[in-house]
Amino acid sequence: MAYPPPAEGKKPDAAIRFPAGAVAKFQISDLEFYYGPKKVLMDISFSIPEKTITALIGPSGCGKSTFLRTLNRLSETVHHSRMEGKILLDGTDIESMDLVTLRRQVGMVFQKPNPFPKTIFDNVAYGLRVNGVPRGMTLAEAVEKSLRRAALWDEVKDSLRKSAYALSGGQQQRLCIARALAVDPEVLLLDEPCSALDPIATAKIEDLLLTLKDICTIVIVTHNMQQAARVSTVTGFFLLGRLIEFNETRILFKTPVRKETEDYITGRFG
Amino acid sequence: MSFRMARRRVVNVVMLGATGVCAVMSVLALCFILGYLLWNGGHYLSWDFLTKLPTPVGQSGGGMANAIVGSGKILLIAAVTGIPVGLLAGVYLAEFGGNTMTFMVRYAADLLNGVPSIVTGIFAYTLVVLPFHEFSALAGGLALGIMVIPVVMRSTEDFLRAVPGTLLEGALALGTSRWRGIATVVVPAAFRGIATGILLSMARVAGETAPLLFTSFNNRYWSTGWMQPTASLPVMIFTYAISPYDDWQRQAWAAGFVLLMLVLLINICARALLLRGQPTGR
Repeated sequence: MAYPPPAEGKKPDAAIRFPAGAVAKFQISDLEFYYGPKKVLMDISFSIPEKTITALIGPSGCGKSTFLRTLNRLSETVHHSRMEGKILLDGTDIESMDLVTLRRQVGMVFQKPNPFPKTIFDNVAYGLRVNGVPRGMTLAEAVEKSLRRAALWDEVKDSLRKSAYALSGGQQQRLCIARALAVDPEVLLLDEPCSALDPIATAKIEDLLLTLKDICTIVIVTHNMQQAARVSTVTGFFLLGRLIEFNETRILFKTPVRKETEDYITGRFG
Repeated sequence: MSFRMARRRVVNVVMLGATGVCAVMSVLALCFILGYLLWNGGHYLSWDFLTKLPTPVGQSGGGMANAIVGSGKILLIAAVTGIPVGLLAGVYLAEFGGNTMTFMVRYAADLLNGVPSIVTGIFAYTLVVLPFHEFSALAGGLALGIMVIPVVMRSTEDFLRAVPGTLLEGALALGTSRWRGIATVVVPAAFRGIATGILLSMARVAGETAPLLFTSFNNRYWSTGWMQPTASLPVMIFTYAISPYDDWQRQAWAAGFVLLMLVLLINICARALLLRGQPTGR
């Protein structure tokens, strides 16, 4: 499909595209989100392709983090919040899915690294202990596999029993990625994962994401346009709670369709 | 230097001096109590004092072993009844309470904290002593347990609230249910503070006398089990101190010293635990 099916009475939006030949992992239709009486997301309809890196960019407060959290229903933890519209994950409505199953399939990494106050091993093992170790593997093997995937194994293999807080900021973030990867999610959501990190740590994580995209679908919210240009295949531009444009990254950055997108990319506002 | 400047300087020095003097006085008060107890009863402190039963008046030797063990038994019951209730109530307040419910429960806890300890004793008397027709360690422990609840509840709630919300979010994002996330991530993160609150609550009730006067009563011998009158340090001190025998009065001093040392020890452990605590994040 080239476009998400438009709602009745609405025309398809020319600025919302979908890569030809790709399979949709998420199909979002008419998503609206309220914090109490305040509407923070309006009329969002598009599809996220699988096994690619999708970047969501936009100025502060435009709703991209809020949108990201609706994908694993973490938005429900806020009191008095309401979601309308539909989000399909592989064709299944996420509202009807079991919350635990959804969150096992859709992992999340947060802006500020938030390792648990436990050892490095126990941090990665946490999700496995809750959800079960994959068949044919011991806990230790599963932990090693995750840490290798997160490019952290070599740095911590001799200090697995040390506290996670002994690691540097960049290492802690990679630990959080390893923790999220331990339960073999199909999707990994990242909410500005590098905003609290130095450039070297940022580069390591960006390289890591590029290796991970063959294993899972990645959606990354970022404040940093250059980062979006570096790592993502498709990009979505959010402004004031709406999705203004969604297209392949090189097209969006070189020849944006909407004026707002062009203004943002050229730095007329930030 | 102008007069105003000079006066400002003098006021500054005087006030700083006054705060320093008051600080020293506070410490001196503690040292005075300790010293006085030691001076008056130190002579009686011995291994016998800690391990033997009380002897009849006039007979030398004897001790307060039954009171020390009795206090331990009563505090154990207080801990078993009060700590879990306070802990779980604190978890509820911090994690699940809506606005009205939280306010009411917290207010009720504060009121409970302010109930005179002798009234709590009467309550435990009506509840446990009357039905069983027996003074008991259970009744005494229950009375103290009721006093432990509000202290543990408040400190648990405060320390749980201090844990950043992102920790629980990280657990939820991994597919954990809410209660499990709280139990395995948030509570361990606040553990040091909660443990401190528990220790301080025990230190507070260890010295309570009034609720024990008609719940666990007193006993000059060993008490077996939990349903017999039980000796305890505070009540022994009370009984001996108001007696007309010089011998007993000195023993009361010694017992006071032992009790104070016990309470100080718990307080120092609580402080050390809190100070050693790592911050929960960078």
